[in-house]
Amino acid sequence: MNKQLLLGAEAIALAALDAGISGVYAYPGTPSTEITEYIQKKSHAIDQPVRSTWSANEKTAYEAALGMSYAGKRSLVCMKHVGLNVAADPFINSAITGVNGGLVIAVADDPSMHSSQNEQDSRFYGKFAMVPLLEPSSQQDLYNATRHAFDLSESVKLPVLLRLTTRLAHSRAGVERSATRMQNLLHAPYAPERFVLMPHNARRQYNLLLGMQEELEKRSENSWLNRLISGSGPKGVIAFGIAYNYVMEIRQAYALDFPVLQIGQYPLPRKLVESLFNECNEILVAEEGYPLYEELLRGYFGGNNIRGRLDGTLPRAGELNADIIARGLGIEPKKVRAIPGIVVNRPPELCKGCGHRDLYDALNKVMNSFAEHHVFSDIGCYTLGALEPFNAIHTCVDMGASITMAKGAADAGLRPAVAVIGDSTFTHSGMTGLLDAINDRSPLTVIIADNDTTAMTGGQQSSATGSKILDICRGLGVEEQHIRTIIPLKSHLEKNITILAEEISYEGVSVVIAQRECIETAARKKRTQAARS
Amino acid sequence: MNINIILAGVGGQGILTIASVIDRAALQSSLTIRQTEVHGMSQRGGAVQSHLRISNREIYSDLIAEGTANLILSVEPLEALRYLPLLASAGRVITSTDQFINMEGYPAMEDILTELHRTNLPVLVNAAELAREAGNSRTSNMVMLGAASPFIGIAATHFEEAIESLFHAKGPEIVAVNIRAFRKGEELSQHQATTP
Ligand SMILES: Cc1ncc(C[n+]2csc(CCOP(=O)(O)OP(=O)(O)O)c2C)c(N)n1
Repeated sequence: MNKQLLLGAEAIALAALDAGISGVYAYPGTPSTEITEYIQKKSHAIDQPVRSTWSANEKTAYEAALGMSYAGKRSLVCMKHVGLNVAADPFINSAITGVNGGLVIAVADDPSMHSSQNEQDSRFYGKFAMVPLLEPSSQQDLYNATRHAFDLSESVKLPVLLRLTTRLAHSRAGVERSATRMQNLLHAPYAPERFVLMPHNARRQYNLLLGMQEELEKRSENSWLNRLISGSGPKGVIAFGIAYNYVMEIRQAYALDFPVLQIGQYPLPRKLVESLFNECNEILVAEEGYPLYEELLRGYFGGNNIRGRLDGTLPRAGELNADIIARGLGIEPKKVRAIPGIVVNRPPELCKGCGHRDLYDALNKVMNSFAEHHVFSDIGCYTLGALEPFNAIHTCVDMGASITMAKGAADAGLRPAVAVIGDSTFTHSGMTGLLDAINDRSPLTVIIADNDTTAMTGGQQSSATGSKILDICRGLGVEEQHIRTIIPLKSHLEKNITILAEEISYEGVSVVIAQRECIETAARKKRTQAARS
Repeated sequence: MNINIILAGVGGQGILTIASVIDRAALQSSLTIRQTEVHGMSQRGGAVQSHLRISNREIYSDLIAEGTANLILSVEPLEALRYLPLLASAGRVITSTDQFINMEGYPAMEDILTELHRTNLPVLVNAAELAREAGNSRTSNMVMLGAASPFIGIAATHFEEAIESLFHAKGPEIVAVNIRAFRKGEELSQHQATTP
């Protein structure tokens, strides 16, 4: 039995190790987290060490990965789709500098927003940066494509984007390994003409990138990830990425024979697309994500023979599945049963015994005494404070935005201005906003919910917790007497209300750090300790 | 062979342990597997599901299409109902009757039972009680797997080997109690199948 059952995310991780990476750089984010976790678990079993601890955010992760590539070694950088917004600056510019050692960015999109604020499509970034993008449709193809991505990156000297979505990242299937290979040797040539992006260099490098596009398209034409499955018309389907699975499922289930063009490598292979268009008089464009290529294929005015998300044949938003594709092909799957009317939703909730609960109990008591009781918050387990029974927070936009939005609202005159942010989110991108507030003396209270971990994504090591967070606040310039700590426990409720009330009424920058370990990670520590002894 | 199973429960109930045993048993039988999981947000006390597909030919979609699930295996009775649109007309529901109530508006048990009995010969399992009888109240997932096992089309010995390999590191006692729990569920299921 030479197959092992791996999540799509794990298939990327194993392939990257086998392809000879020297490091993985990442900030956690569903559904990309398991890539790095797998490497962290496996790295002890490997002859050559692989660097794998968590980065403070996606931008620092990306830049470190680029530095490793600059030094000639292969690096993998992983993030969820919105993480690429944070890392967009180094990402776009690294397409201009190019790379030395293979650099692959595994980015996991979340269509239908199972665990995210939006369903942005990372293929847009591939086009934007004009770099190759791979989008395999099965776990085995993910494994093979990861190796292919490193080879491609080293061959064309560009970063390569590897796009996957929640469904593939979090689904298991049997995966067969190929031979492992050694890491690259340290090799860091001086190349300021590429890496110093002053305008005179940047213009030349950009022209080189533009000149590469024809070559990249040729590689797509010949890639094993793009292939035409012949059949008989008049309808044909272009199936991008994981949409291929749903299209083939329906083709098999209903014994249909339409031609299918599977796309798994970009830029789009024009000749292959042309040959499908020549064969068929109607084309269904099935994309898992935005109708990015449907729009392109339709052009501004035309596209009467094209069906897809833009004409309502497929829904404009949300994840695809086999039933949606069937309907898009004019087949109505027969409804057997409906969900009984008595079934109610079961929304996620804060764990019983979680310290965030006690923090919100105290904060609600304090805020209820104000006419304006807006609380700006952020992304993490503590976002569940937006739901019943707490209804304690009123914003959650992007990581770090609690502090900066509260500052802006304070600047506008809103009193009190209160932010709630987790420890990992604070070091991800909250610290810089706090510096802005201090420089402006904005009247603002920042509550840092320090549970000693990055809980929402499964309990990864946070960049700074405990006394390190206190030191950061001091270093940024928060006055010592307005950095307070509380312990969010029922028995401390009265004390915590007093401290929160004092700091929230202070007309300046104050920080209250609520310190109590996440009950999940505490229980896990206990279990591993018990197993050891 | 071609079987589609929906595993259902509440975040934290451990449906992935059940998935993991079925995966191992299927792998032993050289079958092709696709199995989805839920990570992230909804893990915290929310509804969770796993789609498990086993076949002796290529499987394309990770997700089970409407009306094509052969089994719904649920560790909570209300959660079994949530996925009924996916169940094939001849499909079977195997569910624990142990309720997990952590939200407003949880329906009355008799209404849940009425809906369950509208499906084709549901197998209702007092999983917690059988787990206690097996010797460890935390083995109810293995009771549920046992109850579903006659409908999966993989030999019981493969399941027991899979349980053994999954719990091996925790020592022979844990393996034994989980196998006892598995057999309790299997017995109950056989009994219900023969007594209409
Ligand atoms: C840019 C970006 N990166 C990553 C994520 C994924 N993410 C959501 S919450 C979270 C962790 C928050 O940890 P922390 O602030 O410590 O709060 P906790 O969950 O521990 O309460 C992460 C990594 C995201 N939503 N956006």
